[in-house]
Parts: sequence; structure tokens; C-alpha cells
Amino acid sequence: MNYIETINVRKEFGKNDSKILAVDSIDLSIEQGEFISIMGESGSGKSTLLSMLGGLLSPTSGFIKIEGIDIYSLKRNKLADFRREFMGFIFQSFQLVPYLNVIENVQLPLAITHHSEKEKRRLAGSALERIGLKDKAFRLPNQISGGEQERVAIARAVVNEPPILFADEPTGNLDSRNSAEVMKLLMKLNSEGQTIVMVTHSRTNAEYAHRIVEVADGHLKTVEAPIKLAV
Amino acid sequence: MKLHNIAINNLRRRKAKVCFLVMGLLVGVASVVALLSITRSLAEDMVHKMDEFGANILIIPKSEGLSLNYGGIDLGGLSFDQKEISQEDLAKIKTIDNAANIRLVSPKVLDVFEMNGQKALAVGVDFPSELALKKWWVINGTTPKSDSELILGREAAVKLGANVGSRLDIKGSEFWVSGVLDTTGSQDDSLVFMTLPVSQKIFKKEGKVSMVEIAALCKNCPISDIVNQISGIIPTGKVTAVQQVVAGRMDALNHFQKFSLGISGLVLLVGAMVVFVTMMGSVNERTREIGTFSAIGFRSSHIMKIILLEAFVVSFSAGLLGYLLGIGVTYGTLRALSDHAPNLTIDYTMAVGSVFLAVFVGLLASFYPARSAAAMDPSEALRTL
Repeated sequence: MNYIETINVRKEFGKNDSKILAVDSIDLSIEQGEFISIMGESGSGKSTLLSMLGGLLSPTSGFIKIEGIDIYSLKRNKLADFRREFMGFIFQSFQLVPYLNVIENVQLPLAITHHSEKEKRRLAGSALERIGLKDKAFRLPNQISGGEQERVAIARAVVNEPPILFADEPTGNLDSRNSAEVMKLLMKLNSEGQTIVMVTHSRTNAEYAHRIVEVADGHLKTVEAPIKLAV
Repeated sequence: MKLHNIAINNLRRRKAKVCFLVMGLLVGVASVVALLSITRSLAEDMVHKMDEFGANILIIPKSEGLSLNYGGIDLGGLSFDQKEISQEDLAKIKTIDNAANIRLVSPKVLDVFEMNGQKALAVGVDFPSELALKKWWVINGTTPKSDSELILGREAAVKLGANVGSRLDIKGSEFWVSGVLDTTGSQDDSLVFMTLPVSQKIFKKEGKVSMVEIAALCKNCPISDIVNQISGIIPTGKVTAVQQVVAGRMDALNHFQKFSLGISGLVLLVGAMVVFVTMMGSVNERTREIGTFSAIGFRSSHIMKIILLEAFVVSFSAGLLGYLLGIGVTYGTLRALSDHAPNLTIDYTMAVGSVFLAVFVGLLASFYPARSAAAMDPSEALRTL
């Protein structure tokens, strides 16, 4: 059984004459533990596809199944619970909460879980250790570099160990050195068993994935075999 | 890390906005507290002064009356079966259920006497009670210090040709005028005031009184209950409330209360709008943050809790500070309005009420912004995905 599956997914925005077709009849299957890159030009529909895969945007028609569950058949709160349990998100502009320090940002997904405070601190500390930022745990986001902010965002995405990681242009705001570091981190997480779906403009970064999917004008155009699989 | 940490940290970061929010509500609460306190204080003061102004309950002997008129021509009337009020019964007034409301009991003996061919009305009074009841009296001379001294109304003094120090012979007893009243414009001007025991003696009314004036402290007092209670213990007396005075007092009080409640409501409404606009602005400003919360699995209720928790902390602080500011304003205003410094006391009921009111208004005004935040579409909120 496919781990993540989209069946004839279609997404339209607007109404009547101003209707825009962002994604059209996409069928895509992703295996557990797979690292997949979604590429495409701006406005091609790749981010819309990622939003729908991540349970953030319901499709106009079609189904998205994760572990066999049609996620959009779930009620709003159940879908939120599902996201918390199964998914981690890494955003292009980090989306760190500016008034929380690094360790508090990492703990954010745990704020509504039943872990003890001690356990929350342990999990966040462990996540920060994995990304090598334990020494900056009590700094505010504006007191660390862009690369470090992205790594904090990754630590936040993996702190509750979700099986799937969605990344939207995770290196979009980083220089080449920081980009490479982030990509290596993602490869490492994938090698530890996490399924990763990444949207990127960068061909270089896309090639870190097992598979590259190209989206153009809302359609799935090509699916490429892995090119580079080294950490 | 819990939801309240997020709320508290956000408030800590946005100090200027929090100050503005607190100020908006604080001014409202302070205004309400100040208005209510000042109104209450002034109303109490007014009631006290009005109570001091005179009697509001009258006891006269019961009698059967017959009015005589024929063809629309009034021929006067006559009273018969006139009862008498026993002075002993008056002591029972202090035993009624509402005895605490009775401030003064002033018994009087009335009778006519003739002197040098002039008729005049003498009133036997208990001078301490009478003077307490009639604060507006201005006495030229002194108040009587013995049973042989009396006070004359201005007209009575002219009529009897007497002045301070004059000697008067009434019903075979010798009296000295210790004081003459300035014109009062009332029936007091034509009366001769002497002590109650002497008047009872010379008019042969020992143990009896002609009428009793009572001053009851009347803030929210059940005047009709007091009248009924007194009627029960003085069966020979006809007890009546001076309705005009009572109604006037209650009317003035009601006007004060309505005015302050209206202004308070208006000020609170403005405060609520400040909270609403600021919270709505804050929610719009934090769209991406809220989108992030939603994306990482916060339920709508979690997001609402964060916003309402922030509103609670702000409102609670505003309520507490607003109460203290309101008390300060009240103190300053009352000090400016009266000669003596008012007592600054903490009214715990009002303090709790202020905090409760501020929290209620704050939460109510924040409910819609919180709902809007909770209902945000995470992908639209993030915009990046």
C-alpha cells in the first residue's frame, strides 16, 4: 500500500470567470521512507500540491490518503490532530515565533501534548542537539543567523518525531553553504526513516531526493529517477 | 512549554500594545469606579443632609373628624373623640425592627396662652432634639439652659413686645427669653418655645404630648414599614410619612444612579471597542504565526485559548489598576468638592466587581477576534505554502 497517495486531485481558486486551476488531475504515490522533490516554475502549482498533501488546503476534487486515511474526510480538529501526529512542516521563511526563544520554538508542537515539562525539555534538547544548536537554546530568533533559524525550524518539525516531513523551499532564504548543510540534515533525517516531501526551485537541492517530480501548469509532467543519493 | 507560556511571552514582547490595551480598559474601569463611588458618596451625603433637614414622619393624636359644608360653602369642621399620645409610648419607638433608621424623636406639646391681651401658641419641646432637627435655626441669644428660659419666634417676639432677657408671665409662671429666632419663613416665627416638662405642667398635660416629629435616616429605608411599625406600638397616634420628602429623596437618588449608570455604560462601551479593535489588529498582525500554530497541529480551541488568555491577563490587570485609579480619582474629586478629606477605604466588593467587569468586557470584546484567529485557514494564514 502506498504511504501517501493522491487520487485525481484537482484544486481551483476563485469563482466563475476569475476561476484559476492550480492543480489538475494529479495522481501521485509516495512510499514510506521516500525522499521526494517537487520542482516547478513559480505558479506551477507545486506549493498548492504540497499544501494539499500536508492537510492544510482541501482539494476541490479528488482524494489524498495517508496511511490509507482520506485526510480531508476528517473533521477540522481531527485533521489538526493528524497533522500534529503525522506531519512536520519546514517553511521557506522559517516561521519561528519571534517572542519565543530557540528551545521554546522547538517545543511548540509539544505545547498541546500530554508530555511532562521535563520530557518536553528533553525532547527539545535532543532535537537541538541533532541540529547542533544546543548552545543557542535561549536566544531569540532574531539573535541567530538565517541558516540557524532554518535549522531551528527543522528541529521544531521533527521534535515530536512525525513520520512525514513537508518542506517548502527550505533553502530559499539561505546561501549555498547553509543550503548544503540543511540538505544534508534532511538527508540524515530521511536516512533515519522519515518520509520527506520537499518543494524546491533548485535543481541541485532536488537531486538530493530519491525521486524528482516536476509540476507544470498544475499537471504532473515528469517523474525522474534518483540522481544523487549521498549524505 | 504550555499554551499560557505562549500568551505570556507574547504580552511581554508587545509591551507598548499591551500598555495601550490596558489603558483602554483601565480608563473605562476607573471611570466606572470613580463615577459610582462619587455618585454613591454624594448621594449618601445628600441623603444625610436631607435627613438632617427635618422630620419625615409625623405622629398626631387620632381623632374622628367631620367636615362641614353646605352648597359648596365651607363652614369649617370639627374633631371629636380626640385621643391623646402618652409620652411613655414614645420610648417604644426605639424598639421597632427598623429602630436603627430612627435618627431623632422630637415630642411636642402645643397649647394657647394669653398675655397682655395677646394670644400666642406655646410649644413645649425637647431642645436638644429640636435643635438637631432644625439645623437652619439662627438664635439671637442663647439656647435655654433651664426650664424657666424660652425662645421666641421673630413674630411672637414682636407680638409680645419681648426681646432677649425679657421677663414673661405665662399661665402664672415666670419665664426669661434666652433667645429670639431669626425669621425662618415658617410657622416657627409665631411660636413660643419652652421646655417639654414645663409646658406639660403649665398646660396640665403631664405625661401627654400633642404631636411627635420623627426624622428617619432614609437611604433605601422602608418608610412605609417604619410607619406601620410605629402605628403598631402607638395605638392612640396617627402616624403619617411626609411623602413628598421621601419621594423627593428617592427620586433624586434614582436620578443620580441612572446618570452614573448611563455614563458608566458609555465609557465601558468605548473601552470594549478599544479592546476589540486592538485585539482584531493583533490577530491580523499575527496571521502567519497563527497559521504556523495551525499547521503544526494546534486545534481551533488551542488558538482561541491563547488569544483569550492574553485578553484575560490584560483585562485582569486593567481591572485591578482601574479600580485603584478610580479610587484615587474619587478621593481627589471628593476632596475638591468638600472641605474635609474623605475616608479612603477599599471596598472589596467593588474591587472584585471591577476586576470581574473588566475581565468580562475584555473577554467579550476579544471573543470575535479569537474566533477569527481560530477559524483562519492555515494555508492562507501562512501564504508561503
